[in-house]
Amino acid sequence: MVKATRVTNSIRSLRFANDEMTQAELAARIGVTRQTVIAIEQGRYSPSLEMAFRIAHVFGVRLDDVFQYPDSPEGTA
Amino acid sequence: MTHEEKRSWIMLVVAVVAYTAYLVIVVSRAGGRPLPDVPYAATLLWTVGAAIVASIVAEIGIGVVNPRASRAKDVRDREIGRLGEYTGQSFVIIGAVAAMLMAMAGWDRFWIANVIYLCFALSAVLGSITKIVAYRGGLPQW
Repeated sequence: MVKATRVTNSIRSLRFANDEMTQAELAARIGVTRQTVIAIEQGRYSPSLEMAFRIAHVFGVRLDDVFQYPDSPEGTA
Repeated sequence: MTHEEKRSWIMLVVAVVAYTAYLVIVVSRAGGRPLPDVPYAATLLWTVGAAIVASIVAEIGIGVVNPRASRAKDVRDREIGRLGEYTGQSFVIIGAVAAMLMAMAGWDRFWIANVIYLCFALSAVLGSITKIVAYRGGLPQW
């Protein structure tokens, strides 16, 4: 069944906290297009685990500081 | 918009225009005759050839209009591309099975050729729409 991702992220705020890093700069550092960074920020694309780690490494934070997933099971949130 | 999304739009527009042109030409030639009596082979080949040329010209045109636009392709483009091809592929199989059954049942070659062409066109249209929807709305989570 097709369903929307429940993964949320703090990339936008992390970019601003890191010298207002641009989407293009982040994209270049993790090896994707700027459109992919935009899609991730807007929750339209869930990156692979490897890409998620690369994003966390760019900001020097833990993975769950970048990506969050709700604790409650789907449908009860 | 990524280069791959532009290519999906080109494929969608070209597939729709080429197949519509083919239909209009063949139907207008009928003039009351049964459709299997209408010459269609040259028109079919010309519209397929024209669609290929139009796609190439459109891609070159986009490159000329905006030469600084990135042509980079990443993992998301590949995932969306795979989903689009997978979805569009269903119509190729439907066309092949339909053509096989029609040949076994002794249908006129006109209908066999046309059901294959229709399914190729639908494959391109469905594949392109799937890619565009995935680019705009996101990849589905299964």
